[in-house]
Amino acid sequence: MKIIVCVKQVPDTSGVVAVKEDGTMDRAAMATISNPDDMNALEAALQLKDADKDVKVVVVSMGPPPTESMLRECLAMGADEAYLISAREFGGADTWATSSTLTAAINKIGVDKDDIVMCGRQAIDGDTAQVGPQIAEKLGLPQVTYVTAIDYSNGRLTVRRALEDGYMTIGVQTPCVLTCIKELNEPRYMSVSGIMGCYAKPYTVWDFNALSDDPAITVEQVGLKGSPTQVYKSFSPPVKGKGTMMEGADKAACDQLVSILGEKHII
Amino acid sequence: MAFNSKDTAAFKGVWVFCEQRDGVILGTGYQLLSEGRKLADDLGVELCGVLLGSGVNEQFAKALGGYGADKVYVCDHPLLKDYTTDAYTKVLCDLVEEYKPEIFLIGATNIGRDLGPRVAARLHTGLTADCTHLDIDVEKYKAFLKTTSTIDVDNTAFEDTRNLKMTRPAFGGHLMATIVCPDYRPQMSTVRPGVMQTAPYNEETAAKTQLVKVDVQLTSDDIHVDLIEIKKSAKKLVDLIGADVVVSVGRGISKDPKRGIEIAEELANVLGGVVGASRAVVDAGLISQDHQVGQTGKTVHPKIYVALGISGAIQHLAGMQDSEVIISVNKNASAPIFDASTYGIVGDLFKVGPMLTEAIAKYKASKA
Repeated sequence: MKIIVCVKQVPDTSGVVAVKEDGTMDRAAMATISNPDDMNALEAALQLKDADKDVKVVVVSMGPPPTESMLRECLAMGADEAYLISAREFGGADTWATSSTLTAAINKIGVDKDDIVMCGRQAIDGDTAQVGPQIAEKLGLPQVTYVTAIDYSNGRLTVRRALEDGYMTIGVQTPCVLTCIKELNEPRYMSVSGIMGCYAKPYTVWDFNALSDDPAITVEQVGLKGSPTQVYKSFSPPVKGKGTMMEGADKAACDQLVSILGEKHII
Repeated sequence: MAFNSKDTAAFKGVWVFCEQRDGVILGTGYQLLSEGRKLADDLGVELCGVLLGSGVNEQFAKALGGYGADKVYVCDHPLLKDYTTDAYTKVLCDLVEEYKPEIFLIGATNIGRDLGPRVAARLHTGLTADCTHLDIDVEKYKAFLKTTSTIDVDNTAFEDTRNLKMTRPAFGGHLMATIVCPDYRPQMSTVRPGVMQTAPYNEETAAKTQLVKVDVQLTSDDIHVDLIEIKKSAKKLVDLIGADVVVSVGRGISKDPKRGIEIAEELANVLGGVVGASRAVVDAGLISQDHQVGQTGKTVHPKIYVALGISGAIQHLAGMQDSEVIISVNKNASAPIFDASTYGIVGDLFKVGPMLTEAIAKYKASKA
């Protein structure tokens, strides 16, 4: 059994965020992290490997060359093999083009009968949650998204999928695609021996030519050119001016605020 | 002729997927029909609702017309009773390929966000996730930008296009992006629940709605998962989106979370509202996820939003900044929440919260 985990290196949107004057993100000025949901996917894969040593965990990422640092971390956490899909042609891709490129890479790695493809539900830079299902569609595999529990026993995969007001329990055949959310598990840390060994594990970089045997990989179908959606405008939300600040924080201040709210018929 | 998503001229009309669970249509369906009506009017085309289920109640289907649908496609089949990706994707794609709508809107629920990308991938078209604003008309779009952006609208060039302009937060709300899908149809968008306003129900338009019963082509071989169980959480979930008043708590309650939530509940009670929370409070396990306001939680625009001990991370602001009145209490005078607030008190929520509750109760009693 092989588990292919799709991971992404993202700017840390909870930290300092740099916006350029033209309204686009200054990615170079921001710290990068491994996308949180993707680490839950990796952890789920590693737990299946903990239970069965024959399970092989392969991580795949599309991104610029510095993405290697994240992939090495995945190897240090326990993944067996890593692939970086990196080429100028793939840049500027929307979810359609991204999923085509990742699908070609996954097909080249090979998906066998009892394999699973795992993704995080969504990446914190775009929050779209679209790439996982679109990979599933292009691989022609069933999908379950928002996975919060995985049970794999006797070759049968049963997962729990979160709804807003409860959950579904779903039996799914392999191969399939699962997208994972943080309720699923607590990702492990890299181990010391893992860090020592992560440079000795198989690490492969595939560029455009490496995937171009796939009919879905042409310059017209990947990257910005292959993206059906385009940015029309991007902008920063306006900074609102400070509102009315009450003097003090005592009973009088509260009474004053309540009388303003009353006068304005807010309460 | 084979379906070709690039033949943009062949597509016409605005569609809304009206999600039902247990035979009840979700509020997002009504919100999107109300919004879709405006888009359809700008384009001068039909608005259609799409309803999938088993034993679909015709009255429900007809009622979609009360929110603006000219026509409702009813897909009734035993295998559509509960949602499965495979069945719903097949039925929707078959329908799009036959009738070719130019715009297809889906609520960004946990199910809509599973279905939308799969449908868009199969049809080979673009999909914009979690939109918070939609426009056809460039002038309306410019008017929108004037109030919501720092762009110098009058001195900026805008490509004049009738394409759907789909605006959404990106990078956790630090940036807004307006996306178009010029060369492929349908233009697809998932829309955040609670963002679009539901129009008043109109009996007249409901009476005129045309129901189209779709001949659903589906067998169990089309479905590759086995839906074993759907379980609703036993706890009654808080209705943040529908609430007129939301009193939210943030990290500021951490020294005594139990008391902090109690203070928020008391204030919410006297204002007739519900309790919300920032992500930090939910992640710490102090309150359940259905209370979460923000980019990864719910988007609310109540009449009054009270922020107790919330610093105002941009991800939180993204979910509440459109509230009519925002009242913030925070110990830190430089907390960013004050920049988004109508009224602010710099102070300890454990002291100010109860005083505010008391003052409001006193005021209400004096008016009673």
